[in-house]
Order: sequence, then structure tokens, then C-alpha cells
Amino acid sequence: MFAFIIRRGLLSLLILFLAVSLLFGMIHMVPGDPATVMLGPKATPELKAEYSRRMGLDRPLVIQLGRFYAGLARGDLGVDPFSERNVVNIVWEQLPYTMMLVLAAIGGASLLGIPLGCFSAIRRNSLLDRLTAVMSVAFIAIPSFVVALYLLLWLAVKWRWFPAMGAGESGNFSDQAYHLVLPAIALGLGWVGYIARLVRASMLEVMEENHIRTARAFGLSERTIILHYALRIALLPTVTILGLGIGSMLSGALFAEIVFSRPGIGKLLYDAVLTRNYPIVMGSVLVTTGFFVLSTLAADVINAFLDPRLREQRGS
Amino acid sequence: MSLPVLNIQDLSIHYQTEQGPLQALRDVNLQVPEGKIIGIIGESGCGKSTLISAIIRLLAPNARIGRGSVNFKGRDLLRLSRDHMRALRGDEISMVFQDPMTSLNPVLTIGRQMYDVQHRSAANRAEKTARSLQMLDRVGISDPATQLQRYPHHLSGGMRQRVAIAMALMAEPDLLIADEPTTALDATLEVQIIHRLKELQREFGCSILFISHHLSVIAELCDEVIVMYAGEVVESGSVRDVFIDPRHPYTQKLLECDPARIAQRTRELPVIEGSLPNLVDLPGGCIFRERCSHRLARCGEDRPDLSGNQHQAACHLLDAES
Ligand SMILES: Nc1ncnc2c1ncn2[C@@H]1O[C@H](COP(=O)(O)OP(=O)(O)OP(=O)(O)O)[C@@H](O)[C@H]1O
Ligand code: SF4
Ligand SMILES: [Mg+2]
Repeated sequence: MFAFIIRRGLLSLLILFLAVSLLFGMIHMVPGDPATVMLGPKATPELKAEYSRRMGLDRPLVIQLGRFYAGLARGDLGVDPFSERNVVNIVWEQLPYTMMLVLAAIGGASLLGIPLGCFSAIRRNSLLDRLTAVMSVAFIAIPSFVVALYLLLWLAVKWRWFPAMGAGESGNFSDQAYHLVLPAIALGLGWVGYIARLVRASMLEVMEENHIRTARAFGLSERTIILHYALRIALLPTVTILGLGIGSMLSGALFAEIVFSRPGIGKLLYDAVLTRNYPIVMGSVLVTTGFFVLSTLAADVINAFLDPRLREQRGS
Repeated sequence: MSLPVLNIQDLSIHYQTEQGPLQALRDVNLQVPEGKIIGIIGESGCGKSTLISAIIRLLAPNARIGRGSVNFKGRDLLRLSRDHMRALRGDEISMVFQDPMTSLNPVLTIGRQMYDVQHRSAANRAEKTARSLQMLDRVGISDPATQLQRYPHHLSGGMRQRVAIAMALMAEPDLLIADEPTTALDATLEVQIIHRLKELQREFGCSILFISHHLSVIAELCDEVIVMYAGEVVESGSVRDVFIDPRHPYTQKLLECDPARIAQRTRELPVIEGSLPNLVDLPGGCIFRERCSHRLARCGEDRPDLSGNQHQAACHLLDAES
């Protein structure tokens, strides 16, 4: 198990390196001169050149990338040209908000979706089964920012059940959780039906397998069979997809953070892109990519925990 | 003679398929007397697995029971409530399934699965583990304590099959049903398992319904044998009678094809020319007609009934003789 995690960890680092290098190149191809955006259209060419030199923008891309990694190795992501603060600190402050949002969304969606899927597999064509079928299609089709806007409009503005803005008082857990509800629903709702359908499909498949018939032939209760013998196997593909799904959730988090005026990496990245604030953009991209890579790693580890065959196959 | 433990009467089962109902079993009669080992032989697709799945009511979802009864110790299993049926499974009736590679749960340890099947016992965890160890030892698995920690994919087919047999015997059932439990094993292992099974059967005093492709295994293990062809019982009787004096042309062919008769081990049921009739669109008359070399004129019209007392066969040749 340990060897497995090490191997997967190294692979994750490699993926992270490639992804970040690629993004680094892409960001610098975005039109718009950062110096102009930063200093305003009236800035003199001398001022702009001075700014570019200070930010290292006049160097070739490869050198810039090399510097970026050199800094990264020291735990230094550069300085925010606006506030003169360390980028690492800025990003580190925002990260927990986004992580909490994504984890709440995916956790909530799983807590609802997995039992729903399980139930619809067992009671096929029941009302609930058909409902999840409709739900999955309907909510996948609706983008999360639309859901976010309507939730905001009704639950927060019209009925005032939930707060409309911000992330809550820092240090006050229940207030933060309260502020998390609407954005998490906006982000996770589309996943409930999807997870339910995934679990249902693999559950139906597993329930047909021979070992389930064996368990039945020994008179084990349906409950034991479903929870201990079938679900564990049926969850494997779902866990993998959830691990990958965190990637698309991160982009959804961007909308949720903007609509609900929540702090977070998405909001940070959005603002930084508008102002061509490269150090912040790179810092945000780095942590989100890292978060994504980590979540796929977590999915693999969970699966290896669920299935001994995976554990050994990749561990050896 | 005591009452049979299992008494199947006129059982007919079909599968719903796109082509129409596939008549997998037609008017099957079968008795398993107490403490006896009954063998079923017949080529692939003749309905052996369908028959035993019907007994414990774990048929495929598209299977339909047309008519008949499955009487087990005075109760008709086909009319038992689901809960009562479940209460029988793994207690009074237990099963060893055909494919040992897929019939154990891949993500749970052998120990966990053996522990779980003892769910009706009031014993505590330590006692149940001790019992699992003891049963693994009884079926000839060395170092049982290590095996309990392992997962099915660590074990060879033969080992898994022994585990499956140990699990089935652990319940001390009145009826043990084994669907080709030795197919996955090599010849030496097969002999070992057969001897074990016979030994354990004497010890526990259960009845066994044993399916096999191997004529020699049936001859060695069983008291009585039932020969099935395309969903029908074509011959039944004591192993001695059937093997020494086969009456149905199908049984005769089976034994004929087997050059060493029952003395030497054959891996598979001998191959007979021709193929099984289409079970969706059944021809009238005798089911074996297409492949029979003794065919009579009436074989195309009348379906022969089983005739005889202890040793029965369904063939018009027998009427002609008597
Ligand atoms: N779920 C099903 N749907 C349709 N037809 C089926 C189904 N299960 C079995 N059959 C058909 O029913 C017939 C009997 O199958 P069964 O599995 O009982 O045979 P068998 O004697 O056990 O064969 P084998 O020796 O290969 O295990 C075969 O023709 C088979 O194709
Ligand atoms: S009834 Fe006729 S066709 Fe059928 S086995 Fe006997 S002789 Fe052959
Ligand atoms: Mg079979």
C-alpha cells in the first residue's frame, strides 16, 4: 500500500510539472500587455519597460519558467505587484475557501447520490428510480452558474433563508457552514443525479455477478449483500470519476465564488486574469492543478483501499 | 425406503428470450433419497444448472417456472415465501457453484466470507474463526490460518473450489448441491476432492446432488445417476444399472464414446455427433431423434415416457421389447 502511494505520488508530481509548464506558456500567449494593463494606457514606454524588467517579463519564456520553478523549489511564488505581498501567502489564504466549497459540494452530492443510486438499482423502475433518471439528465444540462443565480435569487434574496454573500465570519464555524450551503448546492446539484446513475449502473452489473448469487445461496440478508458485498465493488468506477470530476468542479467553483462573492481561488484567479497579474495567476493555477492531481490520487488510494486487487497490482 | 429429502415433480422451466420462450426444462422428475449421492450428467446446455438454480430459487431474472413442484422435506419450495426460502439457504440446503473463479467475492478475504456464511450461528467471532479453520483443514487446505487472511485471487482454482466446498459443508446441510465442483481441478486433485466429499458426506450424513461432466467421477461418487438430454430426463437408476446396462441410446452413446468406459478418467463428457435441438422451436416426438441411430417411425410423433421401476429410460425401443 505504501509503495503504491509513493509511486502514484511521483507520477502525480510529473503530471503537475507538465500541466503547470503548459499553462505557463499559455498564459503568456493571452493577448494584452501586462504592463499596459497594470500601469494604465497613459504610462510612458520607459515606465512600462521598467515594470517589465522588474517583473522579469523581458526575458525569454524558458528563463521565466526556470525562475518560476527555482522560486517554487524555495517555496517562493513571487510577489504580487499590487500589494507587494508574497503570492504564497495570498494563495494560501484563499485555498481553504475553495477546498471547503468543492469538498462540501462533492461530499453532499455523494451522500445523496450514492444511496439514491443504490436504491434505484434495487428498486428498478420505482418512482425514485425514474426521478433520479430525469434529475440526472436535467441537472447535467443546466450549468452550475445558472443554478447559482436562481438559488441566490430565491433562497437568499427573496426568502432570505440563506446569506447571499461572503464566506461567513472567520473562526465562526457554523456561520461559515451556513454561508457554504447555497454555493455548495449550486456546485453539487448537477452531480447528485449523475452519481446516482453511475452507482445504479455499476450496482446492476455487480448484482448479476456470480459471487452475489453465492452470497444469496447462503441466505445472507439483502442488506449485507448490498452494503458489504456489492456496493464496495460498485463504487470503484464512481470514485474514479469523482476524482476526475473535481477538476470540472474547480471551474464551477469559479462561477459560484463570483456569484456569491465568496473569497476563494476561483475569485482570485478571475481577478488576476483581468489585471494580467501573472504571479497571482500562476500561483492560483499551480494550487488548483495541485488540488486536482491530489484528488485523482486520493481517488486511486480510496479504490486501492476498496479493492485488494488494485492494491497489489500497482503496488508491486 | 425412507421418504426422499428432495422430490421434484414435473418441473418445467423456460427462459424468455427474443426468439421466444426457450424450453430449458420439460417435465423433469427427480428424487434424492436421504443420505444418498445422486449424480446428474448431460452435455453442456441440457439444463443442469437451471435445474439446481430452480431448487434454491436463484434462477436468472428471465426464467419462468411453467409448472411442477420442488418438494423438500415436505415443503414445496416453489411456493415458499421469500423469507422462508432465504432461511433454508445456507442452512438446510447449501450450494457449491459451477465456476470457482467467480463465485467468491473478490474484495473480501476468505476469512470474512467464511465468517459471514455462519451468520445463523450463535457462536462468537473466535469460535466462528476456529470453525472456519477446522473446515478448511477438513477439505485439505494446508496452513488454513494464512488462507483466511487472503483474497480469492491469491488462490488457485482448486483451492477456491475447496473453500467453496468447505463453506457449503460448514452449514451441515441436509442437502448439498454441487454444480460441477471438480471441473476446474486436475485429475489428481479431483480424486482427492471426491474422496473428501464422500468421507464428509458419511460423516455429516447429508444427501448430495452432484452435477458432473465426468462419467468416472459420477461412477465413483454417486449411488444413483440421472441422465439429462436437452432439458429432459432420459434415463435414471442406480449407477450400477445405468453404467452396466444403459438403456437409452443417448446413454449408450455416452458410454460407447468413452473408450475406457468408466475405468479410466476422462476430462470431458464424450462428444456425440450432431447437436442439441433448438429449445425455442422444439421438434415433436423424441427429443433425441436427430442424433439417434435406432430411430423408429413413431419416434417422430410420440414423445416417449419414462418406463421401468428402479431403472427408468424414455425410449420407444423399450416398449417394443416388452
Ligand atoms: N438466462 C438465460 N436466458 C436464456 N437462456 C438461458 C439462460 N440461462 C441458460 N439458458 C439456456 O438454457 C439451457 C440450459 O442451460 P443450463 O445453464 O441450465 O445448462 P447446463 O446443463 O448447466 O450447461 P453447462 O454444462 O454448460 O453448465 C441452455 O440452452 C442455455 O443456453
Ligand atoms: S425414442 Fe426413438 S429416437 Fe428416441 S431414443 Fe428411442 S429410438 Fe431413439
Ligand atoms: Mg451449468
